Amino acid sequence: MLLIRCPYCEEERPELEFRNAGEAHIARPTNIAAESDDDFEKFFFIRANPKGVIYERWRHIHGCARFFNAVRDTVTDKFVMTYKAGEPKPTKLPGAAK
Amino acid sequence: MNAMFRISGAGRLSQAKTASFSFDDKSYVGIEGDTLASGLLANGVHLVGRSFKYHRPRGVLSAGAEEPNALVQIVRDDARKTPNVRATVQELYDGLTAHSQNRWPSLSFDVGAVNDIASPLFSAGFYYKTFMWPKSAWKSLYEPKIRAAAGLGVSPDKPDPDHYASRYAHCEVLVLGGGAAGIAAALAAAETGVRVILADEQAEFGGSLRFESGARIDGQDGYAWAQAAIARLKAMDNVRVLSRTTAFGYYAQNFVGLVERVSDHLKNPGHDLARERLWQVRAGRVVIATGAIERHMVFANNDRPGVMLASAARTYLNHYGVAVGRNVGVYTANDSAYAAAIDLKKAGVNIAAIIDLRDNPAGPVIDEARALGIEINFGRAVVSAGGKLRVSSMTVQPKHGGGGRTIPVDAILMSAGWTPSVHLFSQSRGKVAFNDETKRFVPGTYAQDCVSVGACNGTDGLDATVDEAYAAGAKAAKEAGGKAGKGARPKVDAGESWSRGMLGAAPGAGQGTTVKAFVDFQNDVTAKDIRQAVHEGMHSIEHVKRFTTNGMATDQGKTSNMHGLAIAAEELGKPIPQVGLTTFRAPYTPVTFGSIVGHARGALFDPTRRTATHGWAASQGAVFEDVGHWKRAWYFPKAGEDMHAAVNRECVTVRKVGGLFDASTLGKIEVVGPDAARFMELLYTNPWEKLETGRCRYGIMLREDGFIYDDGVVGRLAPDRFHVTTTTGGAPRVMNHMEDYLQTEFPHLNVWLTSITEQWAVIAVQGPSARKIIEPLVEGIDMSDEAMPHMSVREGKIYGVPTRLFRMSFTGERGFEVNVPADYGEAVWEALWAEGQKHGATAYGTETMHVLRAEKGYIIVGQDTDGTVTPNDAGLDWAVGKKKTDFVGIRGLTRPDLVAKGRKQLVGLKTKDPKIVLEEGAQIVADPKQPIPMKMIGHVTSSYWSENCGRSIALALVAGGRDRMGETLYVPMPNGTIEVEVTGMVFVDEKGERLNG
Repeated sequence: MLLIRCPYCEEERPELEFRNAGEAHIARPTNIAAESDDDFEKFFFIRANPKGVIYERWRHIHGCARFFNAVRDTVTDKFVMTYKAGEPKPTKLPGAAK
Repeated sequence: MNAMFRISGAGRLSQAKTASFSFDDKSYVGIEGDTLASGLLANGVHLVGRSFKYHRPRGVLSAGAEEPNALVQIVRDDARKTPNVRATVQELYDGLTAHSQNRWPSLSFDVGAVNDIASPLFSAGFYYKTFMWPKSAWKSLYEPKIRAAAGLGVSPDKPDPDHYASRYAHCEVLVLGGGAAGIAAALAAAETGVRVILADEQAEFGGSLRFESGARIDGQDGYAWAQAAIARLKAMDNVRVLSRTTAFGYYAQNFVGLVERVSDHLKNPGHDLARERLWQVRAGRVVIATGAIERHMVFANNDRPGVMLASAARTYLNHYGVAVGRNVGVYTANDSAYAAAIDLKKAGVNIAAIIDLRDNPAGPVIDEARALGIEINFGRAVVSAGGKLRVSSMTVQPKHGGGGRTIPVDAILMSAGWTPSVHLFSQSRGKVAFNDETKRFVPGTYAQDCVSVGACNGTDGLDATVDEAYAAGAKAAKEAGGKAGKGARPKVDAGESWSRGMLGAAPGAGQGTTVKAFVDFQNDVTAKDIRQAVHEGMHSIEHVKRFTTNGMATDQGKTSNMHGLAIAAEELGKPIPQVGLTTFRAPYTPVTFGSIVGHARGALFDPTRRTATHGWAASQGAVFEDVGHWKRAWYFPKAGEDMHAAVNRECVTVRKVGGLFDASTLGKIEVVGPDAARFMELLYTNPWEKLETGRCRYGIMLREDGFIYDDGVVGRLAPDRFHVTTTTGGAPRVMNHMEDYLQTEFPHLNVWLTSITEQWAVIAVQGPSARKIIEPLVEGIDMSDEAMPHMSVREGKIYGVPTRLFRMSFTGERGFEVNVPADYGEAVWEALWAEGQKHGATAYGTETMHVLRAEKGYIIVGQDTDGTVTPNDAGLDWAVGKKKTDFVGIRGLTRPDLVAKGRKQLVGLKTKDPKIVLEEGAQIVADPKQPIPMKMIGHVTSSYWSENCGRSIALALVAGGRDRMGETLYVPMPNGTIEVEVTGMVFVDEKGERLNG
C-alpha cells in the first residue's frame, strides 16, 4: 500500500484514504457553451496515457476531503510529488534524472 | 516410552512431555516441541506422501518452510481439514490427526503410481501437447478428468469456523528473520530506543543456530545465546518479538505483510484465540535476515524417502533428538554435510560413507570426520539411490565414470550448497546480482530503505554475519531517528563457515541422460525435463519455468530454482546471469484466505445502514430489500398477504386515503453561502437565482457530456441556503461531483457543502388525507394550500421536534415529506402513524413507492436512465433553463449525437393484454417477423402491475419514441411475442389535479 503526501494535511497517509480523480491541469473553458466540437472533444474526451511521469488529480476523500494534484511515475508507480489544486504545473521535479 | 529413533541426551526437547498423534490412522508418540515431521521420523516413518504427477513415494526433505514433499492433511474436525500442510512446519500437539495425500487406496500401495511407469508419456509440456484435440473434448472429458486427478489434499466442505485477527503496526526498524543475524540486528536497533519488531517463522528463535552445534557466542552455546537475547528483547518496551510469524510479502514503501500462526500448534485453541493474525507493518527501515536454504544434489532417484538435506538431518538430531537413520550415507559438494555426519557419528549413528564430488577438499571438518573414522571418498558421485518406499542403498562411481559399487544405507544426507534467501529483497523490487565466484545471486541494487544481512546477503561465517548484522541494525535505527546505542556487539567465540558447492545436475544425471533426477520435487520436474524444454525452444528461463512448471509449486522452488536455472544455462551454453532469474513473488509461503479476509466476512463483509424507523418496520412485519448499503422496507404484508396482494393494497390505500413511507435514505446535501444560488445554477440545469425562499424545485444534474447524472427536489430555506436531495444510491457521488467543481473549477464561489443524509430522517406522508394526518402535530406552520402550496418548504416544529417540512410528491397525490433530526425519526413516525390510523392510512414500502411513481411517469435515475440519457430523451426539457449561459453539461447537450434524430426516448407502454406484466430489461422490436438477429429499438425500463389502473403499466426507452404514440410494437420473449402500444408516460391523473386533491 502506497503512502501519499496530502499537501493540505502536510503528511503522508495510506493510499486507502485517497481516490484518483483523473488527469490534472485540464481547465474547464470559461465560455464552455461556445466551444467547437473539436475543442470540446479535446477538453472532455482526450487524455494523455504516458509511460512515465503523469500529472493527476487526487482527492483525500477519507481525510481532509481536498482535491490536490500529484506527479506520479506510471512505470515505477512512485509518487514524485504532490501539490495543491490551483498551483502551476511543476516544471522541475525533485530527483528527476534529466 | 521413547520412540525408536529418539536418541536420549540429544536435542532440546523435554522427553518427559509426550504428545500422541496419528498419521494415516496409525497412532504414534512424539514429544511436545516436535514438528509432525520430527515426530514421524522419531518413529522411523519416512514415507509421508505421494508426488503430484508420478505418484512417487516421498519422504521428508527438509526441516523448514522450504519443504516440497512432506505435505499432509491436518484434520481437527469436519470443518477444519487443512490440506497441504508442511509436516516440517506443523507443530505437534497431543491428539493431532494427519493424513497423507494424493494416494489411493493407501500410501504404500498407490494405483496412481502407474504414472511413474508410464512417465515417458508425461514429459515436460505434456498437458500442452496432449489435450489439444478434439477441441470439444476439453470441456467434457479432459478438464474434468485432469481436475479430479490434480491437486493435493481435500478441501473442507463446511464454512471455516475459525476467526482470523488483523493488526496494523508501525516501527522504526523491522527485522525479518530471527537467526543469529536477525537477533544481532534487533539488539543493536533496540538499544537505541526506537520501536523494533523482530519476526521469525519458527516456533523458536535461533535459525541455523538450531543445528549448528559448533557455534558459541558471548561464552555460551549459540542456541542458548539466542534464547537469552530474545528474552532480553522481549523485556524491552520498545520491542515486539513475533515467533511463528512469516513475512510473506514486501510491498511499496516498506509495507510488509506478516502472518502469525496463533493457535495451529495448540491442542485446544478455544474460541478466544484467532487461528492466525495478519500483521501489516509499515517500517522506517527493514533489516532482511532471512538466511539461506540448502540445496539438494540432483541425481537419479534422489527423491526416495530417507534422502534429505544434510542440515535437516542435523536439525532433527541437534534440536529434536531424532536420528534420521541408523546407517547413513552422505553425498555432498560442500563442507556443511560433514558437520552433519560428524554430529550423527558422535550421537552413535553409523556413517556408511561420505561421497564428496570435489577432488581434493581440505579443512578442519574434513579432518575431524576422518579422525572419527568416517570413510571419505573424493571425486566420486552417487549416481543412484536404491529402494522404493525407503532408500536402501546408494550407488557410487568415480565422477568421470568407471566402475561403481553399491553401499547399503537407510538414509542419504545431501548438500549441494546454500542458496541465499533473496525472496523478500527481490519482492522489494531490489535487483539481485550474480556472484560468479560463489555461484549465487545476492542482493545488488536496493529499491527501498532496507538492508540484507548474513547468509541472505551472501555473507559467510558466523563472526562476519553478527558483525555485519549488528552494524546494520545500529545504522538502520540511527537513520530512523534512534539515539546512539549503549550495548556491545555480541562476541562470536566459535562459528561454522562454509560456502560454494555446485549448481545443476550431478554426474550421472547430466546431459545425455534420462534418469529421474529430481530438480523440483513438488512438481515432479527432472533435470531431463528442463533439458527437453530447452530443446523444444524454450530459451528464456521464464518459458522453461512455465513449460516444465519448475518452481511453480507451493514451495515456489525454494530448493529447485537455482538447479533448474543452471541446467537450462548449461544446455543453452550460456552463463547463468544471461539466462536470468525468474521473479520472486509474494507470498513467500502459502497464506490462508482466512488471514487475508480477517473479520471482513458474513455480517462484517460490508456495512449495513438502517434508518431510524427500521425497528418499527421490522415489528410490523416489513420485508426488507437491500438498496446499496441500506436496508429499506420493501412492503408490509398483512396476515395471509403475499407481496402482490400487499403492494396492491398499499397502492390503492395511498391514493384513496394516504400512506406513510420512510424516505430517509435519499441523499441530502446542504448548499450554503453567499454564492449558493450561483453554485446551484452551475451544477443543475434549472434556474435557481429566482427561486423564492420557501419554494422547491425539481432539479436535474448532468455530467459535462450532457447525460443525466442525478435528480432530486431542492428546497430554498434562505437566500443563501439550499436543502438538496439526491437519489439514494447517488448521494456520495453527487457530493464528490459538487466538491470537485467547487474546489477545482469554481473555487472563487463562496459556498460550503455539507452532507446531511444521516442527520435528517424523512417521513413521506402522501395521499388525500396527508395534510389531515400531519396538521395536528405541527406547530408554527400554516399548512393551507394558499400559505403552503405544492413545491414549498417550511421550517417549524412537529411533535415538538424541529422540522423541515416539504410539500412535495413522488406519488402524484397531495404529499409532504417531514424531515426531522434522525434521533427523533422513530418517535415522530410513531406519532404520525397514530394520526394516520385514524384515517385508515397505510405504511408502504419501496415497491409501492415504485409503482405509484411509475403510474405518474416520474423517472428513477439509474433505472429509467442509464448514463446515456439526456433531459430531452427523458421528456424533461422543461427542466433545462433555456436562458442560461453556463451549467455543467451545457456544451455536452449540443454535441451532434445528442441532438440527432432517432434517439431513444422515454415513453409509456401498455400491453394489448392488460394482464401481462412486461419484464424489465426486455427488448423491443418494430417487426416481430424479421429474421434473427432482430433489430432492437429499445428496452423496458420499468414495469409493474398497477392495481389503481387495473392493468399493467410500463416505461421504456424507444428509438424515436415520442413520434410513435399509438404505434404497436413488439416484445419478443421465450414464450411468445407480446404486443404493446406506445403511450404517454402518465397513467394516472394526467392533469395533475390530485396534487391538490
